[in-house]
This record gives sequence, C-alpha cells and structure tokens, in this order.
Amino acid sequence: MVEDEATLVAALKAGDDAAFEKLVRDYSGRMLAVASRLVGEGAEANDVVQEAFLSAFRAIDRFEGTARLSTWLHRITVNAALMRLRSRRRHPEEPLDPWLPHFEASGHRVGPSEPWQPLDALQKKELRAQVRKRIDELPEIYRTVLLLRDIEGLDGEEVAGLLGVNIGTVKTRLHRARMALRSLLDPHLREMQP
Amino acid sequence: MSERDELSCRDFVEVIMAFLDGELDAAQCALFDAHLAACPDCVHYLDSYKTTITLGKSICDPEDADAPVPDDVPEELVQAVIAARRLR
Repeated sequence: MVEDEATLVAALKAGDDAAFEKLVRDYSGRMLAVASRLVGEGAEANDVVQEAFLSAFRAIDRFEGTARLSTWLHRITVNAALMRLRSRRRHPEEPLDPWLPHFEASGHRVGPSEPWQPLDALQKKELRAQVRKRIDELPEIYRTVLLLRDIEGLDGEEVAGLLGVNIGTVKTRLHRARMALRSLLDPHLREMQP
Repeated sequence: MSERDELSCRDFVEVIMAFLDGELDAAQCALFDAHLAACPDCVHYLDSYKTTITLGKSICDPEDADAPVPDDVPEELVQAVIAARRLR
C-alpha cells in the first residue's frame, strides 16, 4: 500500500470525516464508470456508487491493504451493481441470433468471415469507445457475463455464484456474448486500415 | 463436440472458447487444428474472436491510470454519499 493510501486508510479507520470526503472525491469517478457499465448510466448508477461507498465504509476496518484501495473499491462496486441487477424484474431472454454466425444444414458457414487488420496500441485505444458502445447493445444477461468475466476479470465460478446460475450457463452466455460482440465490431474492424 | 473424424465450421465455432481455455483433449485439439488448416474463414473467425476478447479486456483495468474516468463526477452524487454516511 502506498504511503498516501496508508494514511488515508488509517484516517478512514479512525472515522475521520475529511478522509471520507477525500475518498469519495478521489474514487467516485472510477466507481461511477464501473457502475454505469453494469447497470447503465443515470440515477441507478449513482445509487450503486452510494451503496458501494457505504459498504466500503462499514468494511474499512477489515481492509488490510493487501490489494490497492482502488481494486478493493472496484470489487465492492461490482458487488453493489450486481445486487441491483438481481433485484430488477427478470426480462425474458432476448435473442442474440442476429449477431451469431449462421450455418447451412451441412454445418458450413453462411457467407465468408473476412479478416480483421492487426491493430496497434493506438488503434486499440481509439477503439475503446466503440467497444463500450457495442457492449451496451448486448442483451443484459449476456452483457453482464461478458463484463464480469472479460472486463472485470472475475473467474467463472465467481460469476456463477454472483448470478445464481451454474458454470455451464456462464460459459454458454460468455461464448455467445463474445460472438455477438465480434459481429457488432466486425464492420468497423474490417474497415480499419493497418 | 460431435464424434466425427472432422469438424464442420459450426462444430469449430462451438468449441472455440473451450479450445482457448485449454479444455479440449488431445484428439479434440487435433480435429480443431485440422479444421483450422483447411478453412481460411475459420482462421479469420478465430483471430477476430481473440481480438474481441483483447479489445473487451482493454476497456477497463481498475489499476490502469489510462482507464476512462468521468471528468465531472456530479457534485450532487458526492454530497449524497457524504450525507448518507452521516445518516448511518
């Protein structure tokens, strides 16, 4: 734990109001970004951040500094967002079929799969906004699994536990979500120049 | 994966994730590789699938200083959090 962070954590554990305000000002931007990815932008994301900060404050005595404060808050925010997602009324599963590869009865692909140009670091960076936008287009049950596994980096068992589904379901949804995201990015990536 | 001596494109696409996760046995890997050697479309598909994962991962790293953070966190949010803590 870096010194500044250690000082801040010590002050938080002592119940220092100014330290709490500093925590909120320093980290709410990142936490809002995480919450918005999971529950969408707007009031609900703000509520998630608020709940996450209150959870963090209640748990600060148990924070031992083995992870960065940002990583710890990140995980708490993900958990708070998942609580929100679970409490939402369940929608019927939305179809992904338009974005999945299509095959003939023989199993051969319908239509060619065009190559993507190799991307350099700058192009990858420029693409981030496009990738975020396309992820937002995925139906919620697929978007959530993709975000938790590929973006937030949770393992399959963790995601299964958090979503209350079995690991097979997580794997199926993740694979379908990746294929759909691939299709959504395909026109853009094929056009990019090396 | 179906019990046949070669994979169709559909079979291939179904097992891409298992292949990348190292979950295919040696015989299944051999079938996967054989299809890849014979089907340029699936070579492109596999490459783009892997790029999709890489691009997805690149949009957020909690310790990445370059990760996007909203510049203007609403002051109302900051005040709401501070007020909520006082109420607890």
